[in-house]
Order: sequence, then structure tokens, then C-alpha cells
Amino acid sequence: MNLIRRGGRFVIRHGGRVAAELRRRWIAFGVLWRRSLQVRVVVSTLALSSAVVFVLGMVLQNQITDQLLAAKIQAAQSQATTAQATASVALRGVSAVTDDLQTRMANALSSLTTSASDPQQGASSAAGGFVPVLADEQVGLQPDQEVSSGPLNDVPAALRQFVAAGRTGYQITTVPARSGPTTYLAVGAPITVASQPIQLYLLFPLTAEQQTISVVQDTLMIGGIVLVLLLASVTYLVIRQVVRPVRHAAEVAERFAEGHLDERMQVIGEDDVARLAESYNQMAESIQDQIHQLEEFGQLQRRFSSDVSHELRTPLTTVRMAADVLHASREQFPAGLARSTELMVDELDRFEALLGDLLEISKLDAGVEELASEVVDVTGIARSAIASVQGIVGGTTTVIELHVPEPGAPDSTAEVDARRVERILRNLLGNAIDHGEGLPVRITVAGDEDAVAVTVRDHGVGLRHGEHDLVFNRFWRADPSRNRRTGGTGLGLAISLEDARLHGGWLDAWGEPGQGASFRLTLPRRPNTELTDSPLPLDPRDVEQPPVDPEVPTVSVTATGAVLPALVTPTAEVYAVPPVPAEPPPDSWLSSDVSGIDAGPNVPVARTED
Amino acid sequence: MAENLVGSAERAGDHRVPHARGAVGATIWGMKARVLVVDDDPALAEMLTIVLRGEGFDTAVVADGSRAMPALREFKPDLVLLDLMLPGMNGIDVCKAIRAESGVPVVMLTAKTDTVDIVLGLESGADDYVVKPFKPKELVARIRARLRRTEAEPAESLTIGDLSIDVPGHEVLRDGVAIQLTPLEFDLLVALARKPRQVFTREVLLEQVWGYRHAADTRLVNVHVQRLRSKVERDPEHPEVVLTVRGVGYKAGPP
Repeated sequence: MNLIRRGGRFVIRHGGRVAAELRRRWIAFGVLWRRSLQVRVVVSTLALSSAVVFVLGMVLQNQITDQLLAAKIQAAQSQATTAQATASVALRGVSAVTDDLQTRMANALSSLTTSASDPQQGASSAAGGFVPVLADEQVGLQPDQEVSSGPLNDVPAALRQFVAAGRTGYQITTVPARSGPTTYLAVGAPITVASQPIQLYLLFPLTAEQQTISVVQDTLMIGGIVLVLLLASVTYLVIRQVVRPVRHAAEVAERFAEGHLDERMQVIGEDDVARLAESYNQMAESIQDQIHQLEEFGQLQRRFSSDVSHELRTPLTTVRMAADVLHASREQFPAGLARSTELMVDELDRFEALLGDLLEISKLDAGVEELASEVVDVTGIARSAIASVQGIVGGTTTVIELHVPEPGAPDSTAEVDARRVERILRNLLGNAIDHGEGLPVRITVAGDEDAVAVTVRDHGVGLRHGEHDLVFNRFWRADPSRNRRTGGTGLGLAISLEDARLHGGWLDAWGEPGQGASFRLTLPRRPNTELTDSPLPLDPRDVEQPPVDPEVPTVSVTATGAVLPALVTPTAEVYAVPPVPAEPPPDSWLSSDVSGIDAGPNVPVARTED
Repeated sequence: MAENLVGSAERAGDHRVPHARGAVGATIWGMKARVLVVDDDPALAEMLTIVLRGEGFDTAVVADGSRAMPALREFKPDLVLLDLMLPGMNGIDVCKAIRAESGVPVVMLTAKTDTVDIVLGLESGADDYVVKPFKPKELVARIRARLRRTEAEPAESLTIGDLSIDVPGHEVLRDGVAIQLTPLEFDLLVALARKPRQVFTREVLLEQVWGYRHAADTRLVNVHVQRLRSKVERDPEHPEVVLTVRGVGYKAGPP
């Protein structure tokens, strides 16, 4: 009892673990099943051949049993006929009234068993040994009133009724004995020579037949198991012949896909696998050729870029120098000539910028550009981009505000090519200053777990519907009549887009007529990671209130804490307001009103009043 | 033949003659500084001549790379302006040939912005480079920076690592044996040796040795430190004279 309780506890304690282990195994097997053709084929073969062998074994066994029994029954019946005759002679004229029925019966039995070689085994005959039983049973008589000789109780009741009714019959019965249950074939026949019905039963033990059948069963079972195992191993070997080349082909194809273009399959023989290998190799060959061709094109393109660069730059240098020489002494020229010289020098600058951008984009198109990535702080890049556009800010009323991640918020470090990111931001800032109508330009840097984003927001005329994608088109201009300060080449945003793509990042635009535009650059923190979301929303109105009224200058704070009009300081660095609730909605962490101004952690903070 | 070359190198390179001290003009000791222009583009070469003459330099032009060396020996320039793409002989090879004979400052003119080409040019011995299209002022500033020699105190002598430097004599000795350095390499070594405890960032060296006002290409420093090490270090793999301070820059090895 105690043991059972302990066992129960054990089962409860370990049952869960065992179940988990079983589940784990089952899942592992499921994976193996799905992934390995070999396992699938071998297991299927095992299952199907087991079923076939089982059915076959059952049929065979039944057949053999039936045959054995039929022979036995036939022999037993003929033996019974003989015994019936013998018993009839011995019991002729017997009567329960006149004779001692019991004695007569014993005599009759002994005459039946005279030929028995071994008295213990009863009589023997062609049908094998048997035990004879004699009984006088009448239909309807009480069972304990009968007189019998021999083990009448071993004769099944159904047979006794059947024979008592005067018919001949047989039945197979199992009799419990001390040495274990024994199965007999019981044959019964009525003896009608006496004044009252007497029945003769012969009990043939089926031990030998059972032994034969169990030997057959064992043989069939072992044979079946061996057959199934043999089949499984044959299947395994055969399928291995097919699967191995397929796996090899898969490996070769994987290595090929990884860029080992010289990888080829071995062609052995002329069978289907060899054909597969051959056609695979042909495919690989042609892909390799194509790739080489493309590589050559790329190299040609690169060479072309480089050559164009040289060929164009040399005359441009001469012109540039000549123009500068003229420009240097323009005071000596008449007014028209002097102005022409100035125009020439200015346009040469534009020409140079255009040439540079064209070369850049042709290199990007050729796909020969590589990232010189290192882990840098994108905020730092944004600062240097702002510094580099100060030249075009000068003389405008534009204020550039930089919003950096709040201390404690995810920082803005990422593995990027600093030169390219700065170029993107420079382009975006130049664009914002060009189209910002002198209103503040806001550049916001933010990061999350996987990405760093920078938005550049202006409050100029904005973009019309459908222009969000057009802005990245080469040489596309929103409004040709618009006054340009940066002398943009029309390629800046296209190059920026390519640079962003090179990083695996996004560059997208938002704009509404009259509400300004916003460009968002999203870069993955680590190269080759898929971007799913940006730390900043594209539509800046999600996080801000209406733009600051230009008539009310933005207030910003210098490092000393003095409050100055924003127009005096070209760049106001501002912290984004941290989320007030513990779980902010994803887009609202950058609160609308800019309140904390970067003036050191302990400096009082001025609020921007809208 | 080798001696002959060395002899001509001394004449041609002329790097033992102290140049105008702190001079920013185009004259050296009252003489016009001589610039050899090696460029195959006649228009650009002529324009360069006009600009350089206007700035007070004496110039000579060769259009073919293979004629650069004879012109160098004949004209004995104080500086060579070398286009990288040349017929006859590639600019890189010309640069190597010049370096084999002389330490004369070489400024490359290159249209290539590819890193590889610029690094190749610097490794072949060019002191500085200007990317086309350049402004005349920019070019002249670079030339003047290369012609301006290190100011030497009278009888100033420095030690760096196991080397001793005779600054006015423009000589670097190890165990009494002179080591040949180009003027740029000499200036670099002197800059480091004058402040033995100071770590120089690449930007500071660019300003002190190359005369760049604001940050420029720090590869210039890397390449020339490698070239300098290959001449002054016993084992350039384990430098003892010019030490790298990881993440900062370079400093002088202890004497």
C-alpha cells in the first residue's frame, strides 16, 4: 500500500517530465519526418510491410490450423465409429435395471483402451491418443442421476445434450486441469444396443496440434519480423542510393547559392541521378557565365565611371583654373565681362556638383559601391551635417532645431557608413532649407531596439498629393520656378535613397500642401537586419502641434542658460520630452511641445510657448 | 650605375639644401622655386604653367611619363606635379622611379576619388595629392605647403628611438650611419621627435607636416608613417621609433 502510494507520488512527480520529454521526442520526430525523405520512406515501408506480413501470417496460421483440425476431426470420427462398434459389442443388452451399469461400462471402456500403449495416456489410435467416456444420459434427466465411466465432466454440456438426443457430433473444448488447461477434441456418438441410451465420448487431447501451431506461429512471427527488418534495411539502402545524391545536390546548390560559383556536382554513370547532376551542372555553368558577365558589366561600368571622371575632370580643371584666373582680375573688366566671369565661376561650381553626383549615382547603379560601416552615433553625424549646411543657412531666417534622444532613451548608435549618412542628412537639410520658406527646420534623431531614425521636417509649401514618391526621381523638381539656394543638382534625393537602400534602410517622404514636408531616414542598427518598423512616425503631425508661428521667435537656451531668441542661434539643440506614462503609445513618446532644451542636465529649462 | 643614380639624386632632389625658412613665397633663397609639371593634357599643362608663373614659380612641362626622369635630372625641380594617368609611363611608376632617385616633393594630380588609387599613389611615394577639379588657390596652397621647410634652430639635434637627428644638416643617423629620408618623412620624424612625450593625432600631424588647415584625408598620415617606418625601424612589424597609440595617433619612441 505504502509502495503504491509512493509509486503514485513518483508518477505524479515525474509524469509531467516524462510527458514533456515524450512530447519533445514526438516533435523532434515530426521534424525529422518532414525533413528526411529517407526516414519517411523507411518508416512507411516498415509500417506497410508490417501490415502485409501480419495479414499474411494470420491467413497462413488459420490455414494451417484449419488443415490440422480437419485431419484430426476426420481421424477422430473414424476412430469414434470403430469405438462405437467395440462399445456396442461390450454393452450389448445392458440394462440399468438388470445389470450393474457402472461395471459394464468400465469393462467396455477397458475393451476400448486395450490397444492403448500407455494406460496413463488412455487409448491411442490413428487419430492419436484419446480418453474414452461412457455415460447414460437421457434428455431431461437430472445430471446427478446419470451413471458414467470416465471423465464425463470434461465433456462439454452442449455436446452431451446433442449426443443424448441421439446424434453424432464433435466439439473442441478446453478443460482446466492441475497441469494447466488442456484442449480436447471431444467426439460423441450414441450407442443404441442397450435398453437405454448410452453415449460414448472420445476425448482427443489437441496438445500436439497446439504445439505444432505454436511452432508455426513462432516461425511466422520471427520470419515476419526478420522479413520486415530486412525489407526496412533494403529500403534504407535503396533509398540511400537515391537520397544521397539528392542531398549532395542540395548541399552543392546551397554552396552555389552562397557564392561558391565553382561548385559542381559529380556525374557518376548515366542514370537519372547522373542526368540530374549533368543538367544541374549545366545550369550552374550558365548562371556562372551570366554572373561573370554581369560582373564584367559592373567592372566596365566602374571603369567607365572612372574614365568619365578622368576625362571630364581634366578639361573641367583647366576651365576652372582659367575661370578663376579671370575671376581674380574681374575688377579690371568692363561690367558685362566681370559679371560673365562671375556667372561662369558660379555655374562651374554647379557643374562640378552635378558631375560629382552623376558619377556617384552611376556608381550606385552599377552596384559597385561598398559600405565602409562602423559603429557611430547618428546624432554626431546629424550635428556635422548641420554644421556643413550652416553656409547655406546663413542669410536666411531658417533655424535648425536638433532633437536628440533623451538620456535613458535608446541611444542613436548604429553600424553605418558615416560619410554616406552625413551625405543623406546634408541633402535632406539642404532640401528643407530650400523649400522651408525660412521657417524652422526640425531634425529629430531617435532609436529603438533595432533601428535608428532621423526625420527632417520643414514647414514650407509641402508636397502635393502623389509627390511623395516623385521627389526621389532623378532631376524631378516640385516647382521649377522656385527659388533655390543650395543649387541642388536634382540628384541629391535620388542618391540619398540609394545610399539608404545600400544600408538596408528606408528613406520616405511625407508632405501636405501648406503644411510642410518631412523626410524620414530609418537605418537598421546592425547591417543585414530586416527593418520592420521605424522609431519615428512618418507623419510629423502625429507628434507635434501646429508649426511655430514665425512671428514669435522660438526661444532657445545657450549652454550658460541665457535665453536668446532662436534667430540668433542658428541651431537649437533640444531634447525630446520623455514619455510621461510608463507605457506610452508607440508614436507619442516624442511629445508635442518641445520643453527640455539641451543646456546640461541641471540647467533650468525654458519652455517653448506655442 | 647605382652611384651615378645616387649622385644625380642628390643634385636632382636637392633635399640637403635648406630651403627658404618659413618662406611662403615661390622663391628659395632668392631663386624662383622650380616646379616640374608632368601632365599629358596640353591645355591643363599650359593653364598650370600660367597659374604657377603668375604665382612666381618657374615651371617646366613634360607630357610623357617616360620623359619625366630625364627632365627631373635636367631641370632639378623643387617639386613635381604629377598626373596619375599618363601615356608612356603610368604616374604610379613615374612616382616610384622618382623616389628611387630623389626625395623631391611629389604632389599627385588625380581625377580618381577611389580609395585604392589614392592609397596606391601615396604608397608609391607621393607626398600629397590634389583631386581634380581643383581651384588654383588650393593647388598653390598645397605646393607652398610642400616647399615650406621645417624651421631649424641652429645646431638643433634631436633623438628619437635609437636615432639621432641633425636638424639643420637634414640628416638622420643610426649608429653613425645615415638613413635616407624624403623631406616629408624627415619633417614627420622631426615633428614627432620634437615633442617626445606628446601623442600626435593624425589631424595634428596633417596640420603640422602637410599644412592642412582643416581636417583632410588621414590616409596621408597612415601611408607616410608606414613608409617612414620601413626606412627607420629595425623591424617595421614591431616599431620602436614611431609608435602607434591605438585609437589616438602616433608618438615618438623612447630614446
